[in-house]
Amino acid sequence: MKAFQYVRSTTAKSAIDALAKDPAAMFLAGGTNLVDLMKRGVTEPDKLIDISRLPYNKIEKESSGVRIGALALNSQVAEDKLILEKWPLLALALNAGASAQLRNKATVGGNMLQRTRCGYFYDTEMDCNKRQPGSGCGAKEGYNRMHAIFGTSEQCIAVHPSDMCIALAALDSTVIVQGPKGERKIPFADFHRLPGDHPEKDNTLEKGELITAVTLPDSPYAKNVHYLKVRDRTSYAFALVSVAAALELEGKTIKSARLAMGGVAHKPWRLLEAEKALVGQTISEATFQKAAEIAMHGAKGYAYNSFKLKMAPNSIVEALKIAAGLTS
Amino acid sequence: MKNKDEMIGGRMSRVDAVLKVTGQATYFAEYEVPNLTYGVLVPSTITKGRIKNLDTKKAESAPGVLAVITHLNAPKVPAYEAQEPSKTSSGRGPGMMAFHTDEIHFNGQPIAMVVADTFERATFAASLVKADYQEEKHQTELKANLAQGKVPKTNKSLQDYQRGEKDAYKNAPVKLEEEYVLPTEVHNPMELHGILAHWEAADKITVYAKTQGVKMTQQVIADTFKLPKENVQVHSQFVGGAFGMSLRVWPHEIATILAAKKVNRPVKLVITRNEMFTIAGYRPHTHQKVGIGATKDGKIVGISHWAHVQNSNYEEFTEATVAMTKFMYRIPNVNTTYRIVPLDICSPVPMRGPGEATGAFALESAMDELSYALNVDPIELRLMNYPEKDPERDLPWSSNHVRDAYKMGADKIGWANRSNKPKSKMEDGMWVGYGMATGTFGAHRRPATARACLNADGTLLIQSAASDIGPGTGTAVVQIAAEVMGIPASKIRFELGESKLPDAPIQGGSATVASVGSAVHDACLELRQKLVELSGNALKNAKAETLVYEDGKISSPKDRSASITYTEVLKRNSLPKLEVTKESKLDEDQQKKFAMYSFSVHFVKVHVHPTTGVVKVKHAVALADAGTIVNHKTASSQMMGGAVGGIGMALTEEAIIDHRFGRYVNNNFADYHVPVNADIPDVDVLFVDKKDPYTNPMGSKGLGEIAIIGMAPAIANAVYNATGKRVRELPITPDKLI
Repeated sequence: MKAFQYVRSTTAKSAIDALAKDPAAMFLAGGTNLVDLMKRGVTEPDKLIDISRLPYNKIEKESSGVRIGALALNSQVAEDKLILEKWPLLALALNAGASAQLRNKATVGGNMLQRTRCGYFYDTEMDCNKRQPGSGCGAKEGYNRMHAIFGTSEQCIAVHPSDMCIALAALDSTVIVQGPKGERKIPFADFHRLPGDHPEKDNTLEKGELITAVTLPDSPYAKNVHYLKVRDRTSYAFALVSVAAALELEGKTIKSARLAMGGVAHKPWRLLEAEKALVGQTISEATFQKAAEIAMHGAKGYAYNSFKLKMAPNSIVEALKIAAGLTS
Repeated sequence: MKNKDEMIGGRMSRVDAVLKVTGQATYFAEYEVPNLTYGVLVPSTITKGRIKNLDTKKAESAPGVLAVITHLNAPKVPAYEAQEPSKTSSGRGPGMMAFHTDEIHFNGQPIAMVVADTFERATFAASLVKADYQEEKHQTELKANLAQGKVPKTNKSLQDYQRGEKDAYKNAPVKLEEEYVLPTEVHNPMELHGILAHWEAADKITVYAKTQGVKMTQQVIADTFKLPKENVQVHSQFVGGAFGMSLRVWPHEIATILAAKKVNRPVKLVITRNEMFTIAGYRPHTHQKVGIGATKDGKIVGISHWAHVQNSNYEEFTEATVAMTKFMYRIPNVNTTYRIVPLDICSPVPMRGPGEATGAFALESAMDELSYALNVDPIELRLMNYPEKDPERDLPWSSNHVRDAYKMGADKIGWANRSNKPKSKMEDGMWVGYGMATGTFGAHRRPATARACLNADGTLLIQSAASDIGPGTGTAVVQIAAEVMGIPASKIRFELGESKLPDAPIQGGSATVASVGSAVHDACLELRQKLVELSGNALKNAKAETLVYEDGKISSPKDRSASITYTEVLKRNSLPKLEVTKESKLDEDQQKKFAMYSFSVHFVKVHVHPTTGVVKVKHAVALADAGTIVNHKTASSQMMGGAVGGIGMALTEEAIIDHRFGRYVNNNFADYHVPVNADIPDVDVLFVDKKDPYTNPMGSKGLGEIAIIGMAPAIANAVYNATGKRVRELPITPDKLI
């Protein structure tokens, strides 16, 4: 690991100022991903600005919705009474991620900024446009079993690794950031980006901006929800495919629906068309299959991940069935 | 009174349990010696070729760096100078010469070692070493190189084998021919590999090692550096798991010894988790084909078994992949073929159930497939073809209770609930399947020596240079001594893991209790005899074996009042201690008269999700026919550990190389999936627990290997029963079932 400076900030302003002054500095919160990346030489900041002591670790009820501090721990959010009562989908997704030890250390803001787990990104000897723009994509013609089937580009086919973010995408959340120019609100759908010609950019944060909170609006999705994560082992494995499903039901009729997928794209993959197709329908396997079919429009497999073209729709149907109470 | 749990067949807790759970057990990397320095390796980034230029200047001038050792400046190694690197120590030497040539044999091969005053500084400086290479075209893909397979020169037992007619299965009324593929698997014990090397004088070295045989490591170092054996001292009291990876000395260990010579200070190397995949061995990727044929009523007529095994390009590695096929069932016509395929990759090394675990996946899957083709119960098929004696060597079994094990396992798993028709049972929305498979491994015993020393205070010290990589060897040895001597376990201490102690074999091939345990048994018997001889008038005319040894005293069974304590014997003879050193080995005639094998049977029940393909093992039963079970508690743990390893083999483990670069893409714990707690069901362990009359004085047979052998095919067979899908290429990940 390259030697680096370590400084600690106690206010957002001093943290933002410190980062603005030093182009090679980075914020450090839980460090569960950043420190690994530094050990592997993937990320080489010359300074870490420790923000973990900033006052952003509360989960507060707002007039409509909830505000979750960026430094709230993953485990803290997953156990929070208000979250469990009103937004259980978020708790389900959080608990499907990482391990208990990591969830005790990782923060909400840090979770959103996780880098991809693509093996070619992690190995500094391999080509990767995300790590080294212009070097090429090792995964496209390589071992791409974990990789994207939606929204890929010639430059990058990596996937976003978070589970929490799949639920946040489904629940219409908003990311609150502080920067040199003041506060800014970013709708969650616009926070992460597709790789396009700039796979080195995972999100739309600007230089010097700090995530302070994420807000969730009041939602009718307190009951019929499920987060299904299909993976190679039962815990501590990234998703082959995951689905966040939320239904608002009136009897057996779907009033509204929220659907997002993980493990399939460079960002949490919201399934807006499929959601629309569910509205007004009666819950049934056939209804869900129709929605899954719509959701898969535009999907494209690579040498090792074409199984996702079948696993993804199967998982959408399964998650919806569980959310609707059609199966346990 | 004897405490039953402390006797052979008891279930006493590990003698080192408190040390281990309180952190007092010291592992090699935890030793501190004065002036210690830290070594970090620089890996090759190409797969084949030569080093053209090596720039070490930046690294050398980095803070804290003492030296950068490469092939250009490494101290000379006497054995390398004599061009005999692999001649040393029966193939347990480091087949490749570290820092001796510019040749690159595989990606990740160490090309330099940076030594610095701290680990962090050495790590950083290692990243500054830059190499230019002359690259050559490499080959790392087994499947593309099957035609390069060759007959191994170093292992006669793996020459082509034929009994009866060749490929007789082809003419059988019911036959099948299928291919079975096992990926590369990596041992991944919790403890990382490495060594601490300390030259105490120019011709005298002490090392703290992670090894499965301190005597083996001592011999290899002595041979490599042409030192008298006694000038090499090896300490390895505790090992944090090894599973076979420490059955040899690796090049990076010799590299560390060279580095210590270069900087004239002790050097410690602990390799990284990534390097555990690239430079410290693995279970080889193996392509197998099995042809099997039977009569319509289920008598197997012939079997053919071919194996192509991943190998390095600089030495030969072999394992008994096709062995089980020759004797597990009564088959008149058998032929086997074993080929090694040299590739540009590090050498494999034995991994738990070496060869047999791989071979059993093919054989026991094929047996299961045959049972469906015949429409008979898989257990029934095995019973119909049970061999009353070893069909390979035409010898009686020393013991074989595998039929009892089938029955016990079938009862425990609820085999009666199984449907012989695949994909016909559902439970909680999941397909339900049951599967079973058999495993076997030779019941070996090697020469071993133990010293038993009775002290004046009545305590007993047992010494032997054995290893205990986790199975509980020390505990079993204490029980054997407690049983023979009639001394409570609390008064017995076992010293192991030091090269200065009496000879013991490596801890491999499930043979430590049989070897070292027998030596301890025999040493204690002789110690008893000596005590009787020294006991004075009361008992001296009695035969030692007719007396009773209990509570630290000898007594006559006829007249219990005629007794004398061990301490009294020593006192009367003015002896501060009484010591016996005894070598013990298997009678060679016995070995020629009997076929000695351990057997295991695994039963599993699985759930398979119908649309996502996720497999969940719901219940597992692991049975062993391993003779006398010396300690039921540690033996159960060992069987359970093997079952967990088998679940990994069946469902999750696969080390993947991107063949364009010859480089691993998942060599870390996040992407190479060993099973986690949530993957493990209730595992019931059952033992036949019948003494083998011929293997050794305890009547035990080995357990470590059979614990895993057969578990993976049992799961694959259960998955077929659940889904009707036969997965012949492990691991059975969800994508293969949708």
